[in-house]
Amino acid sequence: MSTAGKISARYKLQREGFSLDVDIEIPMRGITGIFGESGTGKTLLLRCIAGLEHAAAGQLVVAGEVWQDGKAGRPIHERNIGYVFQEPRLFAHLDVRGNLEYGRHRARGRNVDVDDVVALLGLEGLLGRRPDTLSGGEAQRVAIARALLRAPRFVLMDEPLASLDRARRDEILPFLDRLHANLSLPIIYVSHSIDEVTRLCDHLLVMDGGRIVANDSLQHILLRTDLPVLGGEEAGAVILARVIDHDKDYGLTRVAFDGGEMWISGQHDADTELRLRIRANDVSLSRERPDETTILNILPGTIESIEADSDASELVHLELGNERILARVTRRSRTELGLQRGDRVMVQIKSVAVKNAPSAGR
Amino acid sequence: MSSTLGPLLLSLQLAAVTTLILIVLGTPLAWWLSRSDSRLKPAIQAAVALPIVLPPTVMGFYLLIVLGPYGAIGRWWVEVTGEALTFSFAGLVIASCFYSLPFAVQPLQSAFDSLGKKELEAARTLGASKLDAFFTIAVPLSVPGFVTATVLAFAHTLGEFGVVLMVGGNIPGETRVISIAIYDHVESLDYATAHQMSIVLVVFAFAILLSMFVFNRRLLRR
Repeated sequence: MSTAGKISARYKLQREGFSLDVDIEIPMRGITGIFGESGTGKTLLLRCIAGLEHAAAGQLVVAGEVWQDGKAGRPIHERNIGYVFQEPRLFAHLDVRGNLEYGRHRARGRNVDVDDVVALLGLEGLLGRRPDTLSGGEAQRVAIARALLRAPRFVLMDEPLASLDRARRDEILPFLDRLHANLSLPIIYVSHSIDEVTRLCDHLLVMDGGRIVANDSLQHILLRTDLPVLGGEEAGAVILARVIDHDKDYGLTRVAFDGGEMWISGQHDADTELRLRIRANDVSLSRERPDETTILNILPGTIESIEADSDASELVHLELGNERILARVTRRSRTELGLQRGDRVMVQIKSVAVKNAPSAGR
Repeated sequence: MSSTLGPLLLSLQLAAVTTLILIVLGTPLAWWLSRSDSRLKPAIQAAVALPIVLPPTVMGFYLLIVLGPYGAIGRWWVEVTGEALTFSFAGLVIASCFYSLPFAVQPLQSAFDSLGKKELEAARTLGASKLDAFFTIAVPLSVPGFVTATVLAFAHTLGEFGVVLMVGGNIPGETRVISIAIYDHVESLDYATAHQMSIVLVVFAFAILLSMFVFNRRLLRR
């Protein structure tokens, strides 16, 4: 099997009351999320890959190059990675420019253009500032730029938004979207926020108790309601859609996807690719198309399967063309309507969340 | 006047040489103490702190034995240089290094302790080797610790008396440092000269301590 476009990592680590045991392959493209609750070993896995855990024995092969075999491996500074920690960890004795130059000077031969990265992360006005004068969001953007200027093969991001409040988070997310859209650099992104993961990631690994419990494309993983972290209130699917046009009068945008057309709120440029998240709680089903309803998006679909959820509710997996979404219905409604696998139904979607930034190319 | 100036200059020279040696040797020792989990660490720490609690005469006595012509270091010194180590300037430097060691190592160690590992890890992931990260991150971020260590080691060596008396005696131009000279003048009831030398030392010591505190405060405020 070819290892050219992959990072394969195998680590086994015993800690007091905790063990890490992973054997994974991650594509060297796009953003791969490592998703799971706190304390499931996500950070530890990233630290192993970066070489920051001295005691960790394992195998790490990056695009066919062996970076670690057993205890013997490249030291941290010879693993060509960019690491963005939870906190910015800027160097207090250097200004922003000095922080950015630190990694670039040490990136032997390979050079990333400073101006490009500065523009990408909107740091033009900050270069002369000292780290302690920056806001949390600014500091984290500098930390991301610093990691990129090291000219890494791939970037590890350990919950880079977790230490920020909501407003700061919303300030940084568009920059991460830009990174995703403009750079071909693979990123491994650790998070416990389903929101961030659905917005940013293409591929997802789900971790639980030091183990990887699922490893698949984002869209496939989100349908895995058997995974504890993905069931419950947050259960839902992501579909990909393309903007057709905009209705100025009502402030709505029409989008097309594999299963039909939908209206979403807000303005989006024609032909933009959008990631739409549809939560199971926002989807209801009926046999016939309802005549008078406030719900705009009503599409024909097919029931693929039905699974028990709580005592009172069930999760219905639906096919809309080639896309799949979830609906949460009460067991009582499902019984009264006599819904079964294979039935054609009308799918009513009450709300759709757009996951990428409104204007990704700003 | 030259009888005042001579001992003062000798004291300054001794303090400068000692401080230089202590910063060079004390930095790796303090770094090791700050980063190591070794079982030896408490023992080494206790040994480093010993000069703070021991009477200078006790230190001086053992140094006299070790540095003397029949002691381990003294004999080797005689073989190599042909001269005795005790009652010489070189002997004073070695004795002072032991005597002032904690005053250099402890400020450095606490500076390194408060540094933590976060910035260093970040530097390593940015391509810096351990040594590179030490000099480009740990040292600049520990400047107040280096200032404190330098000033304390210097000032403490300047004020040393008991150890010098034990291993150095009172040889003008060689081992007659200012504290010994002051003692001499008091013994011979020459209070005027003793006073003159003492006040110079008081003002000097106050000035360097003051400049250290001002400097460190500025650095923290920045």
